[in-house]
Amino acid sequence: MIELRNVAYSYGGGELFSGLSLALAPGSFHFLTGPSGAGKTTLLKLCYGDLVPTSGEVALWGEATTGMARDGLALNRRRIGVVHQDCQFLDHLPLGDNVALPLTVAGRHHEAAAYLPDLLAWVGLTRHVDRRPPELSGGERQRAALARAVIMSPEVIIADEPTGNIDWEMSQRLLALLVELNRMGKAVLIATHDLNLIRSAKAQVAVRTLRLKDRQLLAAGADL
Amino acid sequence: MKRAIWTALSLLAGDAQADRSVPPTGFTARLTLFTAAAMALLAVFALSLSLAAGRLAVRWSDELAQTSTLRISAPAEQMAAQTGAALEVLRTTPGIASARALTEEEEQALLTPWFGPDLPLDALPIPRLIEIEAEGRGYDATGLRARLQAEVPGAVLDDHTRWREPLVAAAGKLRGLGALAIVLIGASTAAMITLAAQSALSANAQVIRVLRLVGARDAYIARAFVRRFTLRALSGAAAGTVIGAILVALLPGGAEDGGSVLTGIGFSGAEWLWLPLIPPLAAAVAFAATRGAARRMLERQS
Repeated sequence: MIELRNVAYSYGGGELFSGLSLALAPGSFHFLTGPSGAGKTTLLKLCYGDLVPTSGEVALWGEATTGMARDGLALNRRRIGVVHQDCQFLDHLPLGDNVALPLTVAGRHHEAAAYLPDLLAWVGLTRHVDRRPPELSGGERQRAALARAVIMSPEVIIADEPTGNIDWEMSQRLLALLVELNRMGKAVLIATHDLNLIRSAKAQVAVRTLRLKDRQLLAAGADL
Repeated sequence: MKRAIWTALSLLAGDAQADRSVPPTGFTARLTLFTAAAMALLAVFALSLSLAAGRLAVRWSDELAQTSTLRISAPAEQMAAQTGAALEVLRTTPGIASARALTEEEEQALLTPWFGPDLPLDALPIPRLIEIEAEGRGYDATGLRARLQAEVPGAVLDDHTRWREPLVAAAGKLRGLGALAIVLIGASTAAMITLAAQSALSANAQVIRVLRLVGARDAYIARAFVRRFTLRALSGAAAGTVIGAILVALLPGGAEDGGSVLTGIGFSGAEWLWLPLIPPLAAAVAFAATRGAARRMLERQS
């Protein structure tokens, strides 16, 4: 579905990483770890076509993102649910509309009524449906971002530090949702520093943990 | 054509959800409304000026082309004979509906503004004037002059060409200036709306980024901006057109008074039908300007 082949990315004159390869197959579950500044967020952005590699190739469902038409990229992004580190909401819209935004831009807003109530209930945000994102706490925003990422039932879910602002109980609920989606055949890629989250996931599903360090992507140690 | 109509209809019908994706843009909204209203008002004035100039050109051209004057300068004892001969020539000339020698009273009336009412016409060698009215496509002036030269040597034909043509040309140029003004108004409207749209798109860069991240296509993002600016231009131009029409209707003189350009400014009869075209044209200009601006901005922001 998403494949990185010998990818390098340079930023500000320096090479962030090089020779990096990764394939996200249906039903795969990857964690991405590494020190701050190693390029985890950049790697995720390459995976959903927000950035193009300096060299090498990123392919979304067999099509290289380099030179891909913007409309083609937009259609591919509908197959990828992304939870951004900074959540990225439209602050003038209520939470319900923000969560339903992927359906709206795909011309399927009428389907929101079928999915939205259950989804908001699941992430514990039902009573916040009419509130604007700036009125929510960091944790509430992160839960809403996850709800938005999965509302289209995407084939791939990419999350950047999805549990950074939420408590343990809620992070376990979010993980349970991701595991459930993974069991349905969705590929999951999560960048995180939260080792407990990784261990908890390993107890439930087959997980591959990768570490981005010294410009290389390596398999993590046995402790993870 | 069918596709263009479908695009325009779907644009007007809109997508409430897509419209809500873009936050209200207060300053650019007011700027677009004001610009469209002001430009529509100016377009109404330019149109009325252009139409008035056109009417004047047609009137001068038609009225003066249908009349001409034959002046007979001859010794007093030959005046009656030459006048009779000239009338006979005119009577047999194709394209002339009527020819009539002015009476002494009429000649006196023509000279009164310059010489006063007590001018003794009998004592002065005043030429005799014959008023000619043409019919259909008029007469052959060159042929008539040749015949008159042979049969009435003292006759001089003035078919008004000398001063009619510069007047008609001047009125035509005034009409052209009015049309140019309308084109410039359209171009200025496009420029202003482009700037307003670019400002709105820049201010909403983060919104555009979020929409793209959740899979919005460029056309979806652009449509929200394009529809908004098109409808603003349409409503602003409609208001400007109505105000302009009222102001033109209140002008002294009006279209029926065709004496001069200044007193003849206004719309007459079917000319009023030009006005409802202004708001849709302004909307079309806004549509094209915003779509162009959106495409460029979205390309730059990708």
